[in-house]
Amino acid sequence: MLSPVILIPAVLNGLLIGAVYALVALGLTLIYGVLHIINFAHGALLTAAMFAAFFVHRLLGLDPYLAAVLLTPLFFVFGYGLQRFIIAPAAHGEDRNILLVTLGLAVIIENGLLYAFRADTRTINLDYAFRVIDLGIVFLAVPRVVAFGVVIVVALILWFVMSRTDTGRAIRAVAKEKLGAELSGIDVAHIYAVTFGLGTACLAIAACLLIPTYYVNPQAGNAFVLIAFTIVVLGGMGSVAGALLGGLFVGVVESLSGLYLGESLGQLGIFVMFILVLLFRPNGLFGERI
Amino acid sequence: MADKIMRVEHVSKRFDGLLAVDDVSLDFASGSITALIGPNGAGKTTLFAIVSGFLRPNGGRVLYRGGDITGQPSHRLARMGIARTFQIVQPFADLSVHENIAIGAHLSRPARAAALAAAAEVAGLVGLGDLLERRAASLTVSGGKRLELARALAITPTLLLLDEVLAGLNPSEIRDMLPVIRAIRDRGVTIVMIEHVMQAVMSLADTVHVLAEGRLIAEGPPLSIAGNSRVIEAYLGRGAAGRLAAVGGGNG
Amino acid sequence: MTARLLLPLLLVVVALALVPAVVTSNVALNFMVTVLLIALVGQGWNVLGGYGGQYSFGHSAFFGTGAYVTAILQVRYGVNAWLGFALGIATGALVGAAIGAVSFRSGLRGSYFALVTLAFAEVLRILASVTPITGAGVGTLIKLDLRPEALQFQSRVPFYWIILALVAISLIVARVIEASRFGAWLVAVRENESAARALGVNATLMKVSAMTISAAITAAAGCFYAQYFLFVDSGIAFGPWISVEALLAPIIGGIGTVFGPLLGALVVKMLGELAKLVAGDAPGLDLVIYGCVLILVVAFAPRGVGGVFHEFYNFVSRAWTPAPTPMRRRDG
Ligand SMILES: Nc1ncnc2c1ncn2[C@@H]1O[C@H](COP(=O)(O)OP(=O)(O)OP(=O)(O)O)[C@@H](O)[C@H]1O
Ligand SMILES: [Mg+2]
Repeated sequence: MLSPVILIPAVLNGLLIGAVYALVALGLTLIYGVLHIINFAHGALLTAAMFAAFFVHRLLGLDPYLAAVLLTPLFFVFGYGLQRFIIAPAAHGEDRNILLVTLGLAVIIENGLLYAFRADTRTINLDYAFRVIDLGIVFLAVPRVVAFGVVIVVALILWFVMSRTDTGRAIRAVAKEKLGAELSGIDVAHIYAVTFGLGTACLAIAACLLIPTYYVNPQAGNAFVLIAFTIVVLGGMGSVAGALLGGLFVGVVESLSGLYLGESLGQLGIFVMFILVLLFRPNGLFGERI
Repeated sequence: MADKIMRVEHVSKRFDGLLAVDDVSLDFASGSITALIGPNGAGKTTLFAIVSGFLRPNGGRVLYRGGDITGQPSHRLARMGIARTFQIVQPFADLSVHENIAIGAHLSRPARAAALAAAAEVAGLVGLGDLLERRAASLTVSGGKRLELARALAITPTLLLLDEVLAGLNPSEIRDMLPVIRAIRDRGVTIVMIEHVMQAVMSLADTVHVLAEGRLIAEGPPLSIAGNSRVIEAYLGRGAAGRLAAVGGGNG
Repeated sequence: MTARLLLPLLLVVVALALVPAVVTSNVALNFMVTVLLIALVGQGWNVLGGYGGQYSFGHSAFFGTGAYVTAILQVRYGVNAWLGFALGIATGALVGAAIGAVSFRSGLRGSYFALVTLAFAEVLRILASVTPITGAGVGTLIKLDLRPEALQFQSRVPFYWIILALVAISLIVARVIEASRFGAWLVAVRENESAARALGVNATLMKVSAMTISAAITAAAGCFYAQYFLFVDSGIAFGPWISVEALLAPIIGGIGTVFGPLLGALVVKMLGELAKLVAGDAPGLDLVIYGCVLILVVAFAPRGVGGVFHEFYNFVSRAWTPAPTPMRRRDG
């Protein structure tokens, strides 16, 4: 039953897919770690990014990987604006309100896309989409390998930004001790927005990595975001390392349970795991904060 | 010797690396006022949280009226007559003062009207009678402390745990509160108060327990505590008692 | 419970009861049924979210349970529709109690609670979309059988009476909660859980009880839905749309108030109709508007449309009454 010929490819593919999950989760956990809010609009923003990647390819003929260069800063600015000019002023700093405002944004974005582009599912055709690398025992899809590599690079860049730049230091200061950071002259509202922008920018990259092999419709992002929630809770809310490890772990779990239970029940496995972790380990398996 | 309403036996509480309460044993005599004093971070509030069911100790047990109550949930202890106030006031912010107190009064009075009537009475007792319709969030520091006291009283407790209800009050407000606390004791309620205001401790307490760094370092009547060198050192640092004695000697 | 408290409720219900006498078009009656359906779902959410302060993002779990149980019992087990309706409500309450018990006992609150309810609803949706007993991807169709015994009617008017009766009951439930110790304690838990516990309130029990009542009310709406449309599938029953409408109505109308959900449902549905008038029946547009209204209400009218009315009323009544006599001075 556990033949390595089946198992090894499943695990490897799980790791590759898990890397993209990790990237989506990274955005979520970053926002949580600093702003201490759960961004319920994360899935809708991912969908929006996927639509953006799709249309940049369709209209400008830009390869999705190149589109990332354009869309990442764009989504950073978009995220920055959302937090600074909508979420923060509307929520008056109350947790319950933030919950509702981000939910409201999710509803607006998702249904705005539905209104504009209908429920149709769209895909793009790229010549490299189905190309594979033959490792002897296993074939790996090229886009997934690329995605894995990009996620590693993004994680390294993020780590560098967080630990070596002034902005990164300010972000960590705010995450740790908001009041203290404020007193030492850090513009907390700005840092919040920067963090939200970074989290949103992660989604733009994730979207560009997904679009070559995935489809997009107004609900496309939701599947990922529930997985991302699972990862974030599993890895410890606010923990960057937890998000990365959790992402890979969930990717493998999904790949294996899909192998044994079939596609839709495999998804069920993730939700069940999510609920169990929430109920029994709300601080996550890896625990630590940024 | 009066009987003991509560006994704390070898109770310890650890937060990560920190031993906040370290093998503390003490008891509270029925109908008395006991003060719990000690420097900041001594573990006083933690001890309150343990005996009122908000924290589970890592070791030791708590006896209340002879029964073991260790680890029982706070609401059940409240029903057994143990009331506590919070050092950092915890009002039902969006509700009126009247409603705040009525929540406690409901414990023994299911009917709304009865609870509201009892609440109004308790409010009068602590000097909140004129502020019944005020939103709790809008109270002053002293108003907030009174509200803490009123709510705890409203459950008609047998044992009342007061965590710094005088902190933040000005001298005249403190003077107003002393008789209120004494009156509560006179109605048969056993009171344990954590307090930094020494004037109040001296004038109210029958017995004083001193905690420092989680340990019980002294206990006895207020006057014996005031002169205890270990206590002075706990507050002011090593050698302070000697220096103080020297200064006192110079003045005398 | 005094007559004074129930009078406004009676007036509203009587006014709503007059609607079929005035409105004869099927479209308009249909609209009113939808409004009342959302008001019912919203009142369910309001009991837990408004009075208890626990924001659920997965109330479709209860709506869907009610809808599926009603439908499946009739279709697969030949159970009478009225009985199926009652059992649907009971099952919904049970599911609410179970989810509430595991969530609240493990201390979930705030965003975590919202997340876990969302996840439970999704689990139910996926299960319903694959298991044979629910009709899997196809859904379940209730056979047409236009007899009152089968809870099906020629005209829409009896359905209107039924949903109005359910809404009336939910209004009374909310009013009774407000005027009871249970309600006072529930609100205390919302405002400050530690303080409530210190005063002898069993916070977990309050929250689980509220969730059970809340789920029962929302499940009733699901049962009604199944009977009214005679069709249920996983996307309708357990989909996120109903979870969103469940919280929209009370928040827009006035959270934690008796009439908030009803008022909110009316406002939301009228906005939806308005959107259709302006932009045609395009999918998504109504929800875009709801989302905007949700954010605007949170930002500018935290007590909802009802709160705005209330303040306006206070303003007017103050303007009309003579200036109050100065307060008596207390002796310092
Ligand atoms: N929940 C907690 N987690 C970790 N450490 C805690 C926690 N609660 C208290 N502590 C620590 O335990 C020690 C004792 O705290 P406690 O609040 O009991 O002191 P206290 O005697 O009431 O002080 P104060 O006079 O300042 O109120 C302190 O060092 C405090 O930082
Ligand atoms: Mg303290």
